[in-house]
Amino acid sequence: MFEFYDVKYKDVLDLPKLEIKQEEITTFIGASGSGKTTILRMLNKLISPTQGRIIFNGTDLRQINSVAHRRTVSMLSQSPAIFDGSIRDNLNVGLRFQERELARDKDLNHILEQVKLNKPLEASANTLSGGEKQRLALGRILLLNSKVYLLDEPSSALDDETEEMIIQMLTEHVKREKKTIVMVTHSKAIAEKYSDTIIEISKGRCLTWRCNDERNN
Amino acid sequence: MNGIIDLSAFRVVLAYLFVIIVLVIVRLRGINREKEIVISSLRMTLQLILTGYILVYVFRYPNPFITGGIIFLMEAFSVYTIFKKFKGKLSASLKKVVVISMSIGTLSCLLYFLLVVVRITPWYNPQYFVPIAGMLIGNSMTGISLGIKSLIEGMTTQKALVEEALILGATPQVATRSIINSTFDAAILPTIQSMVGMGIVFLPGMMTGQILSGTSPTTAIAYQIAIMFGILGAVALTVIIMLQLGYRTFFNKEDQLEDQLYKV
Ligand SMILES: Nc1ncnc2c1ncn2[C@@H]1O[C@H](COP(=O)(O)OP(=O)(O)OP(=O)(O)O)[C@@H](O)[C@H]1O
Ligand SMILES: [Mg+2]
Repeated sequence: MFEFYDVKYKDVLDLPKLEIKQEEITTFIGASGSGKTTILRMLNKLISPTQGRIIFNGTDLRQINSVAHRRTVSMLSQSPAIFDGSIRDNLNVGLRFQERELARDKDLNHILEQVKLNKPLEASANTLSGGEKQRLALGRILLLNSKVYLLDEPSSALDDETEEMIIQMLTEHVKREKKTIVMVTHSKAIAEKYSDTIIEISKGRCLTWRCNDERNN
Repeated sequence: MNGIIDLSAFRVVLAYLFVIIVLVIVRLRGINREKEIVISSLRMTLQLILTGYILVYVFRYPNPFITGGIIFLMEAFSVYTIFKKFKGKLSASLKKVVVISMSIGTLSCLLYFLLVVVRITPWYNPQYFVPIAGMLIGNSMTGISLGIKSLIEGMTTQKALVEEALILGATPQVATRSIINSTFDAAILPTIQSMVGMGIVFLPGMMTGQILSGTSPTTAIAYQIAIMFGILGAVALTVIIMLQLGYRTFFNKEDQLEDQLYKV
């Protein structure tokens, strides 16, 4: 789905070759500052490589309209910004930005259930806790129902139990709907348990690359 | 010119008493501003004397090229003032936007006002062109200054929200909509507020001048009403053009936020 050829980003990243497969869960791990977020931002075309090229489904990413690409590939950023307004406004905000029809309350409540956020739609989003905001932001991109999700530490602010439930829900959803996930996590345990492929990044370079074959068997 | 008392040079000097009063107050309070007050008073005096003599000449020998040249100088000076005010903070592309919005916004309003509303003859009559251009350009310059300030501030403080909107699939235009709207508001608010107090709290400068020089107050009022709308239109138009072109300068061709929002 994504192929990297001699990709560099300033002096932050240097990735001669990298491949991310469709309908798989690919997880990036690595030390803080190693360049994981930068990779996801390139996959979302929020930034472009300073050198080399990224191929998305056979087309050079440079030839794809950025806004259109960001609507195909939805990203949950590492510290997602929450907009002024209610939980309902914040869930709908992605649809509004993409000029799509807003969701009905029934669907919004279903999403809140999925991300384990037990709050009324009218509640103000700004007073939510850090972990609740993270789940709200996750719900907001799940509502976009994209084929590809880029998740930058989707469970960093959650306790172990909630983290497990959320990742479990995500992986089941993705496998069922034949979607693709590229995620970043600090938790080796989560990476080992749920990924098809784990890529370890160190100082902007791809250190190891392994497929969880035994899990697939 | 019926009935206006001619102010001789000597009596103008008497008005300098006001400056001296201010200087004394400032000195007594220990506020360190004497130099600026003296310099700006003298500078204003010199500038106005010079302008006065130039205008006498220009009005005596009307000429379309001279009128055009003066308008050009006014535009250039206002643009220069804006650049200086944001010393180094404006990117090259934002500077270009300032030049385009100032010239298109003010010139179109100026021509409409003089040729369609007032219908001056000859069409380049400097007696109308110069003072009215001054008012439109001056007010637009203030509007653009406020607008640029608020735009840069908005793009800086709300960078995270703009980027989040891009991530969620917004076009740059949609992602910056709220910043653009509040910037427009900030830029034209002073003009709207000045209309509210007009005639009650204060008599506007142009009207005061006309009345002092013997024009009937009703004529002066007609002019004042028309010119206020002209100013409102010019400010709104320049600011809108600046915003429509200006927000784009914060993004690159790939609809990505520029690394540096503005030069430091
Ligand atoms: N636009 C940029 N220009 C230059 N350097 C950058 C830019 N963005 C990020 N960096 C640098 O690149 C390095 C990698 O950053 P990145 O955010 O990708 O790390 P990360 O692996 O996600 O770390 P963490 O686990 O802490 O989130 C950092 O040293 C950062 O300072
Ligand atoms: Mg990161």
